[in-house]
Amino acid sequence: MRALSIALAAAGLFAFAAGTTECWAAGAIDGGGRQALNVPAIVMFLIFVGLTLGITKWAANRTRSAADFYAAGGGITGFQNGLAIAGDYMSAASFLGISGLVFATGFDGLIYSVGWLVGWPIVLFLIAERLRNLGKYTFADVVAFRLEATPTRILAAIGTLSVVAFYLIAQMVGAGKLIELLFGLPYLYAVILVGALMIIYVAFGGMVATTWVQIIKACLLLGGASFMAFMVLASFGFSPEAMFRSAVDIHPKHLAIMEPGGLVSDPISAISLGLALMFGTAGLPHILMRFFTVADAKAARKSVFYATGFIGYFYILTFIIGFGAITLLMNDPSYFKVAASGAYNKVTDLLGGTNMAAIHLANAVGGSLFLGFISAVAFATILAVVAGLTLAGASAVSHDLYASVIAKGKVSEDKEIRLSKFSAVIIGIVAITLGYIFENQNVAFMVGLAFAVAASCNFPVLLMSVFWKGTTSRGALVGGLLGLASAVVMVVLSPAVWVKTFGFKTALFPYDNPALFSMTIAFVGIWLFSKIDASARARVEQDAFEAQYIRSETGIGATGALAH
Amino acid sequence: MGDNDVLRIRREPLFRELVDKRTRFAWALSAAMLVIYFGFILVIAFAPKVLGTPIGGGVMTVGIPVGLFVIVSAFVLTGIYVYRANSEFDPITHQIKERVK
Repeated sequence: MRALSIALAAAGLFAFAAGTTECWAAGAIDGGGRQALNVPAIVMFLIFVGLTLGITKWAANRTRSAADFYAAGGGITGFQNGLAIAGDYMSAASFLGISGLVFATGFDGLIYSVGWLVGWPIVLFLIAERLRNLGKYTFADVVAFRLEATPTRILAAIGTLSVVAFYLIAQMVGAGKLIELLFGLPYLYAVILVGALMIIYVAFGGMVATTWVQIIKACLLLGGASFMAFMVLASFGFSPEAMFRSAVDIHPKHLAIMEPGGLVSDPISAISLGLALMFGTAGLPHILMRFFTVADAKAARKSVFYATGFIGYFYILTFIIGFGAITLLMNDPSYFKVAASGAYNKVTDLLGGTNMAAIHLANAVGGSLFLGFISAVAFATILAVVAGLTLAGASAVSHDLYASVIAKGKVSEDKEIRLSKFSAVIIGIVAITLGYIFENQNVAFMVGLAFAVAASCNFPVLLMSVFWKGTTSRGALVGGLLGLASAVVMVVLSPAVWVKTFGFKTALFPYDNPALFSMTIAFVGIWLFSKIDASARARVEQDAFEAQYIRSETGIGATGALAH
Repeated sequence: MGDNDVLRIRREPLFRELVDKRTRFAWALSAAMLVIYFGFILVIAFAPKVLGTPIGGGVMTVGIPVGLFVIVSAFVLTGIYVYRANSEFDPITHQIKERVK
C-alpha cells in the first residue's frame, strides 16, 4: 500500500481484556519491523505536541496550589470534564482494537464494545456525586474519611499503583508498536518519546494540562472517527441495510458476521468479563480522580452524562468503521499481504494485522493526508491516557503515601507538589523501562488485569466504605487485599497467562477473567472482617458513619471550587 | 460539621425524603442497567440464534438494533437520572442546606 507500506508488529498489540484472547488470534500481528517515515503523520503529530506543550506551559503558570495540581483547582465544567473523561477512557486500544474486531468478526465487536460502556451509568448512580462530596484529590480521601488513614491509604495506594502499572505496561507496549508501525520510529525511541511527553505534561502542567490534553484528544478522536463513519455511510447512500448487504457479500464469513459468533461461548466467562468491565470502570483511579476537578456534585453528575454520551457515540462509530473497513478494504489487494499466486486471506492478511483496519480505512476514505491525521490522533490518544494514569499514580505516592501516611499530614503544600512531580518523573522512567522490558512479551492480559484489580479491590472498598455503616478499617484492609491478591493470582493461573505466556500445558484456573470470584471474595472479606472486628477503633469508625453519610448525600461541608 | 448538626440533619424529614427517594431511584436504575446488559450477554450465551434472526427480509438482524439499544439505554438511563437529580433532588438538598444554616 502507498502511504502505509508493509509493517508488521508483534502480537498482543492492542489486546485489552484477557477473556478475549481467542478473538485476538485473528488480530495478531505477525513478525516485527517498521515502515518508512510517514511524513504527513509526523507533521500533524508535531503540531499536536507543540499545541499541548504550549498548553502545558500555560497550565504550569496557573498551577500554584495542591488543589491546582491534583484537581485543576476544581475549575473544570461538567461538559469539559465529560470530554476529558472520554479522552481519559477511550484508548487507542478501543479505537483500533474494536474496529479491528468488527472487521474480523462483525457483530461480536459490538458485543465487546458494549461492555466498555455499561459501567458508566453505575459510576453515575452510585459513585460520582458521593465521591465528589467526600473527597478532595484521590479516591483514598473518600475511603479514609472515617476509616483509619494509615491502613486505608496504603491499601488505596497499592490498588492505585497496581492498576496504573498494569494499564501503563499495556499502553506503553501498545504505543511503542503502534508508533513503530505508523511513524517508522524505532520501538525504543517511541517508548521514550511517549514517556518523556507524559512526564512533561504531568510534572509541569499537573491536572490542568492533563485535562486539556484529554479534551483535545477526545475532540480529535471523535471528529476523525465521525468523518470516517460519515464517509462510509455516504458511500452507501446512508442506508445501513445497503452497507450490511455489501459487507455480507464481501466478508468470507458472509451472513455469520450479522450474528453472535464465538466471543461468548461460556456464560461464566462472559459474566465475569462483564463484571470486570462494569465495576472495574468504577474503580479506575485515574477516572475517579477526574471527579475532583469539577466544582460540585452537580457538575460531577453532568460529567458522567456527557462522558457516557461521547463514549457510547464513539462505540457506535467504531462499529460503522469496522463494517466500512469490510466493504471498502476487503476487495482491494493493495491493503493485503498477497501471495505470489495473487491469493490472500481477507481477514488475517490485512497489512499490519486486523487492528490496522481503521488506519487503512482512513486512507481509503480520506487519502494519505487523512491517514496521517488518524495516525497522529492514535498517538495523541495514547498520550492522553498515559498522562491520566501517571497523574493518578503520582498522586497516590505524594498525597496518599507521603503526605498522609509518612508525614501524617504535617507537610507543606509546596513539598507535597514537588514530591508528586518527582513521582511523575519516576513513574515515567519506570514505565519506559517496563515498556522496553515487555517489548516482546504478550501483554494481552494486562488491561484485563487492571480492570479485574480495579473491580476487586478499589471498587468494593470504596462502595462498602460509603454505603455500609459496618465497614471498619480492618475489614476494608483485609477484604481489599484479598480481592487484589485473588484477582492477580487467578489471572496468573488462567489460560491467558499460565498457558499462553508461561507455556504450561494446562491452566490451574479455568477462566481468563477472575472478577466474578475475586469481587465476591473482596465483598465477603470486607463484610466478614468488619463483623468480627471488635476493636474500640471499629466502634468509633461505625459511629462516624452518620456524619460521613450526611456529607456524602448532601455535600454539606464538601470541598468547594477554588477561585483563581 | 459538629455532632449537633449531624443530629439536626439526621432528624430533618427532608433529609430522609431525599435519601430514601434518591437511593431507591439510583439502585433501581443500576438494576435496570445490569438487567439490560447481562440479559444481552445471557441471550448471546444461550440463544444466539435469536439475535441472528433477519429483519424484514434484509440482511440486517435483530442483534444490530438490540446491541445499539444497549448502548443507547446506558446514555438514556444517565439522562433520566440527571434530569430527576437536577429537577427534584437538588432543590431538596438546597432546602436542607437552608434549614440547617
